[in-house]
Amino acid sequence: MNREDSWLLPEGVEEILPEAAENIESLRRRLLDTYASWGYELVFPPLIEFLDSLLNGAGRDLETETFKITDQLSGRLMGVRADITPQVARIDAHALRRKGPVRLCYCSSALRTRSAMPGGTRIPYQAGVELFGHAGLESDREVVALMVETLAAAGVPAFTLDLGHVAVFRALVDAASLDNEQSDALRAAYLRKSRVEIDELVADFAVSDALAVALRQLPWLAGDAAVIERADETLAGVAPGVSEAVDELRQLAVFLASQYPSVQLHVDLGELRGYHYHTGCLFAAYLPGQSEPLAKGGRYDHIGEVFGRARPATGFSADLKLLAGQANALPVNGILAEGELGDARFSEAVATLRAQGERVLVMLPGMTNDATELRCDRRLVFRNGVWETDLIDS
Amino acid sequence: MTEQKPLTIALSKGRILKETLPLLETAGIRLLEDPAASRKLVFDTSRDDVKIIIIRATDVPPYLQYGAADIGVAGKDVLMEHGAEGIYEPLDLEIARCKLMVAALKDAPPVTGRIRVATKFVNTARRYFASQGRQADVIKLYGAMELAPIVGLADRIVDIVDTGNTLRANGLEPTELIATISSRLVVNRASMKTRFREIQDIIDGVAAAVADKRGN
Repeated sequence: MNREDSWLLPEGVEEILPEAAENIESLRRRLLDTYASWGYELVFPPLIEFLDSLLNGAGRDLETETFKITDQLSGRLMGVRADITPQVARIDAHALRRKGPVRLCYCSSALRTRSAMPGGTRIPYQAGVELFGHAGLESDREVVALMVETLAAAGVPAFTLDLGHVAVFRALVDAASLDNEQSDALRAAYLRKSRVEIDELVADFAVSDALAVALRQLPWLAGDAAVIERADETLAGVAPGVSEAVDELRQLAVFLASQYPSVQLHVDLGELRGYHYHTGCLFAAYLPGQSEPLAKGGRYDHIGEVFGRARPATGFSADLKLLAGQANALPVNGILAEGELGDARFSEAVATLRAQGERVLVMLPGMTNDATELRCDRRLVFRNGVWETDLIDS
Repeated sequence: MTEQKPLTIALSKGRILKETLPLLETAGIRLLEDPAASRKLVFDTSRDDVKIIIIRATDVPPYLQYGAADIGVAGKDVLMEHGAEGIYEPLDLEIARCKLMVAALKDAPPVTGRIRVATKFVNTARRYFASQGRQADVIKLYGAMELAPIVGLADRIVDIVDTGNTLRANGLEPTELIATISSRLVVNRASMKTRFREIQDIIDGVAAAVADKRGN
């Protein structure tokens, strides 16, 4: 490497500078407090572990996203986690083994070989919650509500909450008896919502007319909540399990519309994000102009199977680096204090202010920084025998 | 939603622009000035809430991915080569049709072992030959592909074939069809979800224009 380049960071790897760092940290604290107040217990899964266990089950899609190294002790391949959810699922299935629902939350960095969105980070700082051991819509509701609260806490302006349900597509694929190659091709075309390709593929399947219509139409069952009624008509009786899934979606939409009337809903029955591990409702928060969602989640039952304990599960996660980007500039509210720490009265004044929650910077000899750069609006001055704060003229 | 940014439509110069503008016009979106007579890159339209930007064809996918444009028009060749993750392609505009093909010198002998391929569609070519079970060394060129087999730079080329005249004039012939190409209306995924109504209206309008033109 050229010496002049030695400061360069790899693509998708960034250092978080003070203002952003404080925004992220303050958001992290608020979120973890919120999750705790909803009864979610914090866990710290390991940064690195054996690849086999990392890529088991839910992590299977993450093979190429995962950085790998050889363990010098065991000679086995280890991976740096590219996602935290599968690790938390293992904690629930293997380490905790509690009866009944378990609520867990986390906030840690993951590492990906490629960023999830163009120009994005490869080191997402993921916060999320997972609710294990309950299979009903009640837990999906709780998790999606907590996701909306998360976005609100981050001060995200008007976002769109996208709802989907992978069980619909799964049921249609089963009813059509598509083989893996066929369903993979169809899924790829769905992800691009490419009408030509979808129509061409479906034309080649040996399926009933009603099923063909359903497979062709599913990606276009997208829009406001009225789509759910259209879905009822288009998909009526076409495959077992479909109407139950559509009904779950309806109940979730009704719940959200009544609980969070200001949130714009978008229903998309053709949404198949994370298809390999999701099994039920999907939810994601989108802002205009960002192709990847700010926060996303959904139901992923069976995830614990590989650890010998299948558990229903639902959860969401969000990258705090993205979320905190929504926050406002930091306030200018610090106090510059010029004095000798050896001076008892000075030290006491500084300590008192700090105890009151003030941010106090003790000036060092020869320090000429701009007060605004230090985000200070006041100065500690010694007047009439006491230390007092004065506003700094800007 | 409160005040919205205007919807941005990304088009590319040349054939796509010429054939897309009438479709957009039928859908109620008309450019207010002639782009050919201007050096501008951002254009107002007959709708206050819709702007058109004119960029290079290969730049349409990144503009959409980064959210710099909501809607675009791009050839299937460009989308295949780029990968276009996070981009929906809900409508075939049935314009700028051509074929993406493998071509070789007329009567070229079959290649055994690794095959050398000259193309500007490096990802597509690599994927295609891999799907055929053939190992290909791909050479990226920016133009005049036909020259590569003549001077012995490559065994095959992968290129867009319209009439086939350029191939014939250089003693080449198309050998395999990789894909039939036409222009697609493409949409940024988040725009599609967050501004569904506005965008679906435009898609429906353009779809009707395409159907009209087809004559049914």
